[in-house]
Amino acid sequence: MFSLTGKTALVTGASGGIGAAIARQLHAQGATVVLSGTREAALQELADSLGERAHIAVANLSDPAEADGLVAKAEAAAGAPLDILVNNAGLTRDTLAIRMKDSDWSQVLTVDLESPFRLARAALKGMLRRRAGRIISIASVVGTTGNAGQANYAAAKAGIVGMSKSLAQEAGPRGVTVNVVAPGFIETPMTDVLPEAVREKLVGSIPLGRMGNTGDVASAVVYLASEEAAWVTGTTLHVNGGMAMV
Amino acid sequence: MGIRNEQMSDIADKVKKIVVEHLGVDESKVTPDASFIDDLGADSLDTVELVMAFEEAFSVEIPEDAAEKIATVKDAIDYIEKQKAA
Repeated sequence: MFSLTGKTALVTGASGGIGAAIARQLHAQGATVVLSGTREAALQELADSLGERAHIAVANLSDPAEADGLVAKAEAAAGAPLDILVNNAGLTRDTLAIRMKDSDWSQVLTVDLESPFRLARAALKGMLRRRAGRIISIASVVGTTGNAGQANYAAAKAGIVGMSKSLAQEAGPRGVTVNVVAPGFIETPMTDVLPEAVREKLVGSIPLGRMGNTGDVASAVVYLASEEAAWVTGTTLHVNGGMAMV
Repeated sequence: MGIRNEQMSDIADKVKKIVVEHLGVDESKVTPDASFIDDLGADSLDTVELVMAFEEAFSVEIPEDAAEKIATVKDAIDYIEKQKAA
């Protein structure tokens, strides 16, 4: 089950915790992976640790031209057409709306919503022609629930869901699926520094009684990337320990 | 004039070739009056892909409102010839 042997996947934001876990699991299922991000050294380190079938493609997704060119760059690096696109790269610029600068808003929308569109548009051209493909974007529970201090991020993540449903309808007749994975609270270096009391309160709101880990998210991506998920499209798979049942 | 005609028939041949390749239809079916959707079995996504293929092959830009009017093989040839002549 869930074999990805012979498939080529591009993972953006692969130098981050969740992105690296996604890349590792796709690779473990047999896929050739192209790791993208801004930090070349970190990407190369991950590629080296994976060994064969791992390539890197450095790109800064806040630059529209680099976002537009990344699919071609990844295909050149892998020497094969792209079967799986994982839009994972994202950034936050958290602050209450009344203090939010135009640049806080536009940077988040550019990287978290516009660049996934640019990548999907480029990937779809080949996928539609080949009558196969998987596009999986990482959103967030806050795209559904909202979150104080994250108007920009929540808007981008909700946008990912609407975009993916539209792309799913356009690409469905060609056997290309487009889905979303929406993680809840995931243990990362960022959440490690939370005060114990805050952590406890967070975990108390999760029926499954723990924070998620990056592997929980990666497993969901592997499923949606697999042949077994061939009849699943336009959906959002919530991976949040039951914190928000939507 | 002779050169001009030659260029025009080149365009028609190239358009036909692209249609045959993209829609996987027999060349004999790709007549000037053949409708992509009604006669050649294209769906809406096919027609968009065809327009994009024309744009790439002829280095022209076909805006959305013009693309909507390209329903037959002749429509495509006429549009591209007009763009190339301009």
